[in-house]
Amino acid sequence: MTFRSAVITFPGSNCDRDMADALEKVSGSAPLRVWHGDAELPANLDFIALPGGFSYGDYLRSGAMAARSPVMRSVIEAANRGVPVLGVCNGFQVLTESGLLPGALMRNAGITFVCRDVALTVENSQSLFTSAYAQGQQIVIPVAHHDGNYFADADTLDRLEGEGRVAFRYAEEVNGSARRIAGVLNAAGNVLGMMPHPERMIEPEQGGSDGRALFESALNALASA
Amino acid sequence: MKVRVYVSLKNGVLDPQGRAIHHAIEGLGIHGVKDVRAGKMLELEVDETVTDAQLEDMASKLLANMVIENYRIERMPA
Repeated sequence: MTFRSAVITFPGSNCDRDMADALEKVSGSAPLRVWHGDAELPANLDFIALPGGFSYGDYLRSGAMAARSPVMRSVIEAANRGVPVLGVCNGFQVLTESGLLPGALMRNAGITFVCRDVALTVENSQSLFTSAYAQGQQIVIPVAHHDGNYFADADTLDRLEGEGRVAFRYAEEVNGSARRIAGVLNAAGNVLGMMPHPERMIEPEQGGSDGRALFESALNALASA
Repeated sequence: MKVRVYVSLKNGVLDPQGRAIHHAIEGLGIHGVKDVRAGKMLELEVDETVTDAQLEDMASKLLANMVIENYRIERMPA
């Protein structure tokens, strides 16, 4: 089985290579690399990744410019057709700015950039991206962000919790996120945005491999589809 | 003509930046400031043909993130 994935690169993305590496190591197939100005995505994708970084220098708001770039129209279309879309860090910010995920990512409550390994709890192990984890499992994944403070109004937060759309929660306070939310799913479950970087925890040489199961989950989902 | 778009955080949205600025003001030894909210102002140079509806459109779809921010548009007298 070949896993046909794509990593989107915006001007200022800096985790696109890590993401491509992780996808290739876990799936055995090198992802296609797509530039932000490409109006169309390659056909028949199994997976789309929006990587971390500082797209467009975080001008206006983190992710705001990237969310309106030509390629995002195709990403939104693909997401609405059910193609799995993973946004990590800046990719998560792009997903909220584009309206694919609810809420917004604001400046960290402590003002400072946070760059360290954090403990996460897997809150939903039934999703396309998390099925290879155990429910309630605690994993360690690094964060590296300035704007990771997840905000949504109380009704939205209640709905997310009620529908099992909180995929990951910080085990302890990290950045001021509402209800310590670290990752959220869309209603259909095929779009995941998260601030921590699973692509940086693929093999022991990186300090841990807790991120690997996320990509394995997506592969398993494709294999059983 | 010049148009100014003021973008501010909605009430109830915490503003860590404003809080840090507030703290720094107190550091200057100036007291009596009760709260600080940081926002931004964008100045646009537009043709007369740009309608109010178009300005609303750009403000609500791009300049402000309506999840957390409000905006106010001001056409500047020539």
